[in-house]
Amino acid sequence: MTVPRVRFTFWKAVFLVIMVAGVYCTFIRFFRGLGASTNLSDQFPWGLWIGFDVMCGVMLAAGGFTLTAAVEIFNIKRFHSITRPTILTAFLGYLLVCAALMYDLGLPWNIWHPLIMRNPHSVMFEVAYCVMFYTTVLALEFSPIVLERFNLQKPLKIIRNVMVVFVILGVLLSTLHQSSLGTLYLIMPNKLHPFWYSPLLPVFFFLSAIAVGLAMTIFESSMSSKYFGRELELPILRDLGRVLVVVLALYGILKFEDLYHRHVLNLVFVSGYEQRFFLLEIFLSVLIPLAMLLVPKIRESAQGLYLAAVLTLLGFVTNRLNVTITGVENAVGGRYTPKWTEVVITAMFVALGFAIFGLAAKYLPIFPEEKAHLPALRKPEVAVSEFVVPVHAGD
Amino acid sequence: MSKGILYDATMCIGCKQCEQACATENGLPYDDKIAAQEVTSAHKYTAVMTRDDKFMRKLCMNCDDPACASVCPVGAMKKTALGPVTYDKGKCMGCRYCMAACPFSVPKYEWEKAIPGVRKCIMCSKRVAEGKQTACAEICPTGATKFGDRDALLEEAKKRIHDKPDTYLHHIFGESEVGGTSVMLLSSIGVNNFGFRTDLTERALPMYTYQVLSRIPDFIPLFGTMLGGIYWITHRRQDVAETEAKENELKGGAR
Repeated sequence: MTVPRVRFTFWKAVFLVIMVAGVYCTFIRFFRGLGASTNLSDQFPWGLWIGFDVMCGVMLAAGGFTLTAAVEIFNIKRFHSITRPTILTAFLGYLLVCAALMYDLGLPWNIWHPLIMRNPHSVMFEVAYCVMFYTTVLALEFSPIVLERFNLQKPLKIIRNVMVVFVILGVLLSTLHQSSLGTLYLIMPNKLHPFWYSPLLPVFFFLSAIAVGLAMTIFESSMSSKYFGRELELPILRDLGRVLVVVLALYGILKFEDLYHRHVLNLVFVSGYEQRFFLLEIFLSVLIPLAMLLVPKIRESAQGLYLAAVLTLLGFVTNRLNVTITGVENAVGGRYTPKWTEVVITAMFVALGFAIFGLAAKYLPIFPEEKAHLPALRKPEVAVSEFVVPVHAGD
Repeated sequence: MSKGILYDATMCIGCKQCEQACATENGLPYDDKIAAQEVTSAHKYTAVMTRDDKFMRKLCMNCDDPACASVCPVGAMKKTALGPVTYDKGKCMGCRYCMAACPFSVPKYEWEKAIPGVRKCIMCSKRVAEGKQTACAEICPTGATKFGDRDALLEEAKKRIHDKPDTYLHHIFGESEVGGTSVMLLSSIGVNNFGFRTDLTERALPMYTYQVLSRIPDFIPLFGTMLGGIYWITHRRQDVAETEAKENELKGGAR
């Protein structure tokens, strides 16, 4: 018993240190400005906060729409028991993205401006609207979990009857803005390196969001079983692994075709700065996970799936950072490395994500089969019976 | 009629009076130290650059179809009918997409300020609206910087190249770069010597994103119907299965 307890307090200490540093950096950011708190410059108007907190944040939250689409729209019922944690991750992810955006925006108090000042020609405008609506949709998809916790049957019934509309809306909005994060870069044909600049950028961003959504679901299920002592839903994760193989294969083939038709495939074999980062990205995101998951022995094992998922996540995080930073360094003539304050703020949001997920898992019915163990507020048996009919997203 | 600026580097003597006039017009500090900076910044909207005995001016090109105005989610950047590309800090939320998107890396940011804004040459939009020249053109002692109707200036630039083919590089930078710009540059050596990109597309940059963005209104009903349709089909199967199960149960119960 002592070993897990020591580990737990260790992570608590780490969390505390990050939060204290985070509060200090928050002070620097808002009282002394972006210049004092970042290594951003006129050459690099976008850095770690856009590249990781926003670009990767939205991508890592893609499990929500991927899994709700599979369960609710494609009616793949066996994935049902793992949708709740993915909706929680997605909701949390988008809230953190919005919070992180407040740090990066120069005039964050004007964040509501797109509501009344519209420029429909701007990709950013479209992303802003999609993220705004989708965060609302996620709140609604998440609401049954809270309503159930407090056993509020009436609103629960109402929301379940209209849930399918929100699910469809959520998948639609996600498709639009996940791909649009790639479209953002279409306006920079002369700035972004040809490894990454492609008319297919939106397609790549969308496909990789699905891959990451699947990998993230495997990752968080594995973590939950490790730290919350839950039983691992291995058969489900194996199925997800299979889907991941197909998505990664599609992504890899499309990437190859894209490089080939744009006549830049030869650049892959010419040693260079961008080439090294590109190879790192491709090996981590596609080649190694694909090779691993195609071996039945690895695909069937919990550790193999976990490792392949983690590599996929790292690979696509590298991809987003490559598009945001590596790919433009040559064109603007310089190198960007984040300042320590930028790293601390990013670490703070990651830590907050883990901490809030842990708290939610502890106090809300996130893992359906364990609902009975939660401290009952009213009648626990009602809550348990709710779970029997697997129809709606929040279930 | 859209206005423009023609800068002819062969006529420039590098006196930097345009820099001074620009600073005065925009209420920016100006001294010898700032004059020595050959780059534009948040406190210097135009810079005269020197390479040996050649000069070149850097200022906002005020594109005909500007990327900055196209990407701005709140429309803080605007292309006016008269030519200048203006900026409204009251609208700006500081996303800096304009800076990332600009093919000439013109917009600069007030990084050191707690309440920062984007800074760039706005082609003296107020003066131009009043029918006056830009400050830099008005002060120029040699006529190297000339203000006027863009079409007329373009004709004049072509004529100058035609009249003195040995003096000029036969290219008007800004005639067709990124779909054309209000500011046009003439010189005897390539502008790439002064850090300008010469591999720019002739297509206006906003088209690259708009050709995707404009499809979204058509995409929404199609994709929505598809998702709804898949739901309808997959759940119909479920309904049938449930009904059959019930019927079987009834039959079983009637034994």
